[in-house]
Amino acid sequence: MNETVEKLFVSSSSPHVRDTDSINKIMWTVNLALLPALLMAVYFFGTKALWLTLLAVAAAVITEGLIQKITHKPLRLQDGSAVITGILLAFNLPASAPWWMPVVGSVFAVAIVKELFGGLGNNILNPALAARAFLLASWPVQMTASWVAPREGTLSGISAITGATPLSLLKDSAKIIANPQSFDPSQVQQAQEAIANLSSSYTNLLIGNVGGCIGETSVIALLIGALIMFYRHVISWQVPFSYMGTVAVLAWIFGGSEGFFTGNWIFHILSGGLILGAFYMATDMVTSPLNSKGQIIFGVGCGILTVAIRLWGGYPEGVSYSILLMNLAVPLIDRYTVPTVFGEVTKK
Amino acid sequence: MRIKTFSGGVHPFEGKKYTEKKKTETLPQPKSVAIPLAQHIGAPTSLLVEKGQEIKAGQKIGEANGYISVPVHASIAGKVKSIADIDHPVAGRGRAVIIEAAETECWVETIREQKDYFDLSPDEMRERIREAGIAGMGGATFPTHVKLAPPPDKKIDVAILNGVECEPYLTADHRLMLENPEDILNGFRLIMKILGVKRGIIGIENNKKDAVRVMQGHIKKNDHIEIGIFPVKYPQGAEKQLIKATLNRDVPSGGLPMDIGVVVQNVGTAKAVFDAVAFRRPLTHRVVTVTGPGIKEPKNVLVPIGTSFQEVVDFCGGLTEKAAKIIMGGPMMGIAQPHLNVPVVKGTSGILILEEKQSHLAPEEPCINCGRCVEVCPSHLLPTTLQNLVDYDRIEEAGRLHIMDCIECGSCSFICPANRYLVQSIRHGKRQLIQMRKKAS
Repeated sequence: MNETVEKLFVSSSSPHVRDTDSINKIMWTVNLALLPALLMAVYFFGTKALWLTLLAVAAAVITEGLIQKITHKPLRLQDGSAVITGILLAFNLPASAPWWMPVVGSVFAVAIVKELFGGLGNNILNPALAARAFLLASWPVQMTASWVAPREGTLSGISAITGATPLSLLKDSAKIIANPQSFDPSQVQQAQEAIANLSSSYTNLLIGNVGGCIGETSVIALLIGALIMFYRHVISWQVPFSYMGTVAVLAWIFGGSEGFFTGNWIFHILSGGLILGAFYMATDMVTSPLNSKGQIIFGVGCGILTVAIRLWGGYPEGVSYSILLMNLAVPLIDRYTVPTVFGEVTKK
Repeated sequence: MRIKTFSGGVHPFEGKKYTEKKKTETLPQPKSVAIPLAQHIGAPTSLLVEKGQEIKAGQKIGEANGYISVPVHASIAGKVKSIADIDHPVAGRGRAVIIEAAETECWVETIREQKDYFDLSPDEMRERIREAGIAGMGGATFPTHVKLAPPPDKKIDVAILNGVECEPYLTADHRLMLENPEDILNGFRLIMKILGVKRGIIGIENNKKDAVRVMQGHIKKNDHIEIGIFPVKYPQGAEKQLIKATLNRDVPSGGLPMDIGVVVQNVGTAKAVFDAVAFRRPLTHRVVTVTGPGIKEPKNVLVPIGTSFQEVVDFCGGLTEKAAKIIMGGPMMGIAQPHLNVPVVKGTSGILILEEKQSHLAPEEPCINCGRCVEVCPSHLLPTTLQNLVDYDRIEEAGRLHIMDCIECGSCSFICPANRYLVQSIRHGKRQLIQMRKKAS
């Protein structure tokens, strides 16, 4: 065996093969999964929804590029994570929002929430949700006052409370029924009708023919996207199902106006941003726990907070705040859900 | 017996098609061989021959040093040309005996069929196994006689024969089961006799149905041997995972299979055990799968130990134009070789040649906390967390998170969508922790 060697081959530490999945594929799969909901939003809320979404995406991508340039970090716009942030932010705005709102929101989401904390993989909060909270706190009127009615009419044809979202309608009606003496009889009657009509509105909730944020209304479109993500192994069942399951159970127990176990849990699942939140935002890998036990705890926590806010809080909707609060708890959850190492039980 | 699998694991491209249907061919005697004195885990052997000495095939050239060590034998007859340091496929560098082949093949006379070998005492059998220089042939190369001599307080009740071969591309064990089922089974019967166990299980993955049939056909009624068929998943052949799936017993963290009454042996080792006990034949040859897209004629080859990779590759038609990476073993745990001037050793289960486009690891990207490494880790560790701790020199903390329980199967690095070098960092951390503990004591 002589010692002269002509050509050296590639050397590296094992393993020498890799799965073909990549960050880019994961992120663009999420973008693809968001498309059906965007199409439905354009159908129900008009092209304004599309423009707001495009503005949010453009602002997010440009902000990310600029910051990576300024901080001399490798430019990695191709991964599509800024695009997700843009779309999700726009999805959390009402279609009546002024044009600058998605821009301000996206800049905040990418610059403050994501890049300031170290960029992709290092942010503590979901950027789109944190930006929504920021917008809601700064411009509450534009964010909630005027819900654009979808083009085929408002929910159940109720005129007294125009342009409401299904959840705000429910909450306001419940308030009226609880104190009938302080409202006039016609209002009380309308409120009672509204609640009675809830269950007849499932079809509208499913296709998205209700008031609400741009991307949260069409349950069917969101579920099609969720299936794509499940199929591509981008999300797993733990977070969305523990989240929605908790909401369903708690809403059923506590959500009824006629005592315990009378709540309309189907309505709670289908309305508001729950589907969007449970499948697209609570599942954000960066801001959810590492292993499945932690993910279930995270989902249950989101569910408890959501129902608490919806039933007893000041807002009609609790999805975004509950996810943000649980985002903050992720490091703690991760710390207490370290899996038992193979063979450790037997030793003890 | 159809068996459930362990938790975790991955499904890499199998790549067995290259060679699974190819009958094992015998390499023509090489002109020279370089036989390293260290080919097993444990103390290296001490030299028994000198330059210029004429030796026979099968002659002992390195004597075992201590208990955890096995001797080394000449694989061809000839003259000792030199004793030199050469590049070693596992250790990097190592001392080796370089033998120039004689004109005629000539074996030591002691190799012949032994009478009544099955009635030998376990101690005599173990001695023959040790004398034959047998070390675990699945690749770990731990001295076999040590594994077959559990301390008296460890009661062994099951022996498992590992024919899983979960590493992609490799088919050496598969072919061995098809071509030498009787030898393997005889070896396994001897192993069971040495251990005094009444229950034997042969583990085979479901992608080798022909091997299951052939082995089944040779099992006799009173053998107390059954076959366990596993779903295809890597690392099904890892000792702890194999035992878990077969018997639902957990090897304790930091412990050995014998702690829970089990001994696992590879099918190649079983054949070597049979040869050693029944013929006093030392371990001088082994089946090597020469495979991958970078080799012209993929083959299973019976190779004298010490033959250079170059010679084996030439026998298989040589490398293709695009060949760029040489791996000893499989793609998941194999060792990349910078050149072909290294010898086949006892642990060389395969020579895998990959092409340019498969050869370079992509640059690391930020971890997005997707948790896939946690999902696939067969040891139930947190690979991404461990990598962070090691990268920031927090080795003690990594130790508390059981970094030493990593079996280095590479599933985490395989699955990571951010191309993070997880197992690579963890391996580094383990070495550091071992050093730190040595210093402390």
